[in-house]
Amino acid sequence: MLRFPVERGETALSMTISMIETRSLTKNFGLQRVLRGVDLAVAPGEFVALMGPNGAGKTTLLRILATLARPSLGQARVAGFPLPAGAGEVRRRLGVVSHHPLLYGDLTAEENLLFYARMYGVRQRAQRLNTVLEQVGLAARRRDLVRTFSRGMQQRLAIARAVLHEPEVMLFDEPYTGLDQDACAMLDGVLRDVAARGRTVLMTTHDLARGLALADRMVILSRGVIAYSARRGEIDPATFGQTYASVVN
Amino acid sequence: MSEVSSQKPVVNSQTEPVAAAPRPAKWTASDYWRLATDFFRAAGAVVWKDLAAELRSKELLSAMLVFSLLVVLIFNFALELERSRATLATVVSGVLWVTFIFAGTIGLNRSLAMEKDRGSLDGLLLAPVDRSAIYFGKTAGNLLFMALVEVIILPLLSVLFNLSLLHPLLLLVVLLGTLGYAAVGTLLASMAIHSRARDVMLPILLFPVAIPVLVASVKASAAILAAAGWDEIGPWVNLLIGYDVIFVAVAFMVFDYVVEE
Repeated sequence: MLRFPVERGETALSMTISMIETRSLTKNFGLQRVLRGVDLAVAPGEFVALMGPNGAGKTTLLRILATLARPSLGQARVAGFPLPAGAGEVRRRLGVVSHHPLLYGDLTAEENLLFYARMYGVRQRAQRLNTVLEQVGLAARRRDLVRTFSRGMQQRLAIARAVLHEPEVMLFDEPYTGLDQDACAMLDGVLRDVAARGRTVLMTTHDLARGLALADRMVILSRGVIAYSARRGEIDPATFGQTYASVVN
Repeated sequence: MSEVSSQKPVVNSQTEPVAAAPRPAKWTASDYWRLATDFFRAAGAVVWKDLAAELRSKELLSAMLVFSLLVVLIFNFALELERSRATLATVVSGVLWVTFIFAGTIGLNRSLAMEKDRGSLDGLLLAPVDRSAIYFGKTAGNLLFMALVEVIILPLLSVLFNLSLLHPLLLLVVLLGTLGYAAVGTLLASMAIHSRARDVMLPILLFPVAIPVLVASVKASAAILAAAGWDEIGPWVNLLIGYDVIFVAVAFMVFDYVVEE
């Protein structure tokens, strides 16, 4: 629906020092309650790894934060804008990478990025496309169809798509799914680069070691609630596997 | 765990925003103009993307075209018509619209299903544009694909049934009928893709809702082919225009809610 403009005060509501914040966030699918009151705060520039077993609600939480789903109850804010009222402003500040690359196989790498640059209203498109393609090492393949790319290359292009508009917050939903060892190592480097540029990152993963290596804070979501949260310095890597098992079981 | 305190939305100073500027506090005519240009820029991008992808894959157009050709040929063999103008006008207008509606359903289903299957629908919905721009772009794309098929089928029908179908008023009715069908079909297809039985769900949802556009299109086409006057054609054309306006407006209002979980 074409919305008529509203005053800024109506969308920005009360603000927060957290870049991502949820309070008592609940999501139901029919009779099934997937999120049962999630309280989470992610500071600007922080890299948080969100872990948990299948069905814990990680993807649902990310989809709400990405404005792709509406919460049933509770509050969520991204970059200070409440959801779903401030969804448009949130989307402007958000980059999302999931296990689906969100790309079109029948378009070239360049055409895919050009399409998303138009959708995001990116200025100086040609220059920006060159920059992001160089960043992910795909400048030489820019005119190749995406369907000819390996899974790792598609994921690199997906990251280029997600950072095209210089988002302040990035959500990664299982970005390592289907990648081989080399592609995982490449993605590690790209994620470190994304975090080093001061972006706030929330990433879901099943890989405890990788989460520990990359993130500033580890959060475990179990049965729809945050069951554990600790900074990397507070965690003993040798026993974290046992801690995780005890939290989720 | 949550801390709520400060007064402004957080803006990360280390990144330089390159996306379009957010909404201003005071709205002027130029801001409304920018809103409109953003809307049409996004809708145009969706049309461009659909056309560029389809020109390479030809997945959608080939399926619609082959299906339409088969339907027209089967009707031509099945109907041994007494070749009076009145009979021809009635039957050909029916064949015409049955072909367009069924071929259109294939196109509508695939157009949205491909976005869903590839996960690219989320990519569209994540863009900071009014979601009705996405609807508008998808509808325009579907309308173009249906029109391309119709451009090929109309002369073929003319030859097979020995009746000229290239009447300007008939072309207007074809355009209005196709627009109405694409408008309501795109909306319902975006609902049906969330269903596991989406291939059968779309026709079940769409055909009852599309009955007014189908009846008006068939009646108007038959009247035009039978060389009837405006007093017989006019009411059906008005009904088509009304249907198009209502369903495009409804779709603009509800599309955001239809696509969101």
